[in-house]
Amino acid sequence: MTTLTLKVNGSAQTLDVEDRTLLVDLLRDRLGLTGTHVGCDTSQCGCCTVHLDGIAVKSCTLLALQAEGAEVVTIEGLAPESGLHPVQEAFSTCHGLQCGYCTPGMIMATTDLLARHPDPTDEQIRDGLAGNLCRCTGYINIEAAVRAAAAAMRRAD
Amino acid sequence: MYPFTYHRPRSLPDALARLAADPDAKLLAGGMTLIPSMKHRLAAPSQLIDIARLPELQGIARAGQSLTVGAASRYDEIARHPLVAECLPALAQVADAIGDPQVRSRGTIGGSIANSDPAADFPAAVLALAAVIRTDRREIAADEYFQGMFTTALAPDEVICEIRFAIPRRAAYAKFHHPASGYAMAGVFVADFGETVRVGVTGAAPAVFRWHEAEAALTRRLAPEALQGLALSPDGLNADMHAPASYRAQLAAVMLRKAVARIQERTGA
Repeated sequence: MTTLTLKVNGSAQTLDVEDRTLLVDLLRDRLGLTGTHVGCDTSQCGCCTVHLDGIAVKSCTLLALQAEGAEVVTIEGLAPESGLHPVQEAFSTCHGLQCGYCTPGMIMATTDLLARHPDPTDEQIRDGLAGNLCRCTGYINIEAAVRAAAAAMRRAD
Repeated sequence: MYPFTYHRPRSLPDALARLAADPDAKLLAGGMTLIPSMKHRLAAPSQLIDIARLPELQGIARAGQSLTVGAASRYDEIARHPLVAECLPALAQVADAIGDPQVRSRGTIGGSIANSDPAADFPAAVLALAAVIRTDRREIAADEYFQGMFTTALAPDEVICEIRFAIPRRAAYAKFHHPASGYAMAGVFVADFGETVRVGVTGAAPAVFRWHEAEAALTRRLAPEALQGLALSPDGLNADMHAPASYRAQLAAVMLRKAVARIQERTGA
């Protein structure tokens, strides 16, 4: 066991963790943040995407201890006090989901993508979401949601 | 994963001492290959020594006609670094062709070449750019570094500190991604140093290799026409469920021509 200190969704955490604990298991099992999903558990599907110091990473392929001192944001930490984050809003409005299992990862990947490319081209959207799989094959509406969110966030700026 | 202990040494000497003391210890940087391998129980190290934050392994800098890249530089950092864009854009292109954004945010160049996966992208650039691999104890020329499938000249307790690339006049990389895994089915890096042209091929064989016939033809004239009739022998190339050797030979030939065309587009030559 090793003592880990990190921030999750703005709140400071100090926990004793087994060295082999994955970040995703820490979030889900220890902190109860079950919005971050485990899809493939082999770093392909992107369901487990969270932000580590503002950057989208796959939390199933990261040891919790690698996040020592870092700031982690999960889907639960994205929305403001009331209402939804513009990316959440756009996924809802554009119906960028069917079963919803991949959605938290898609949204976390999208917010990183839009931070890099506030007005993304179609190619940038596809490349930015290349690490996230939707098995309902809902990519058309997901891409529409990303474009809508980008527009809404540019308007808000 | 089998249990192991995790350590994050504060300095390179601390990491080296820990590594030398335990033959079953493994270095961890981005973990994009090691952690999945451990989850599949293909690797069961006694301890992981996390070197991702070691100050000795950071930074990208230019010195004269070479570009040095710290071993802990992440793919995404290389893909977006202004110095790389300025003096070696083809290296940014290689970094950008790897995996997906989440993987590029974690994976490191040092990890890529230490692991030396036959389908990894950076080895093609390292070999074609005549890079020098500086470790904690010596410098290794790329031509001597890659020795076979997952096999390099590194000693078990040796740590890569930085990779020093010779800056070419021009260069380009062309890769055929496996449609599911994203790994290179064939990736070809062409580097023009004026006097000589070097060509590195990854993904097609058990290890990255230089394609000497292509180098000779392109040294005479760096243009697609110079490659007329040039083919790669399928002897010794990989054959698996994804593609037979003859298909990989053909892919490598096509990627070579794409890389050359890309160089021409860029320079307007």
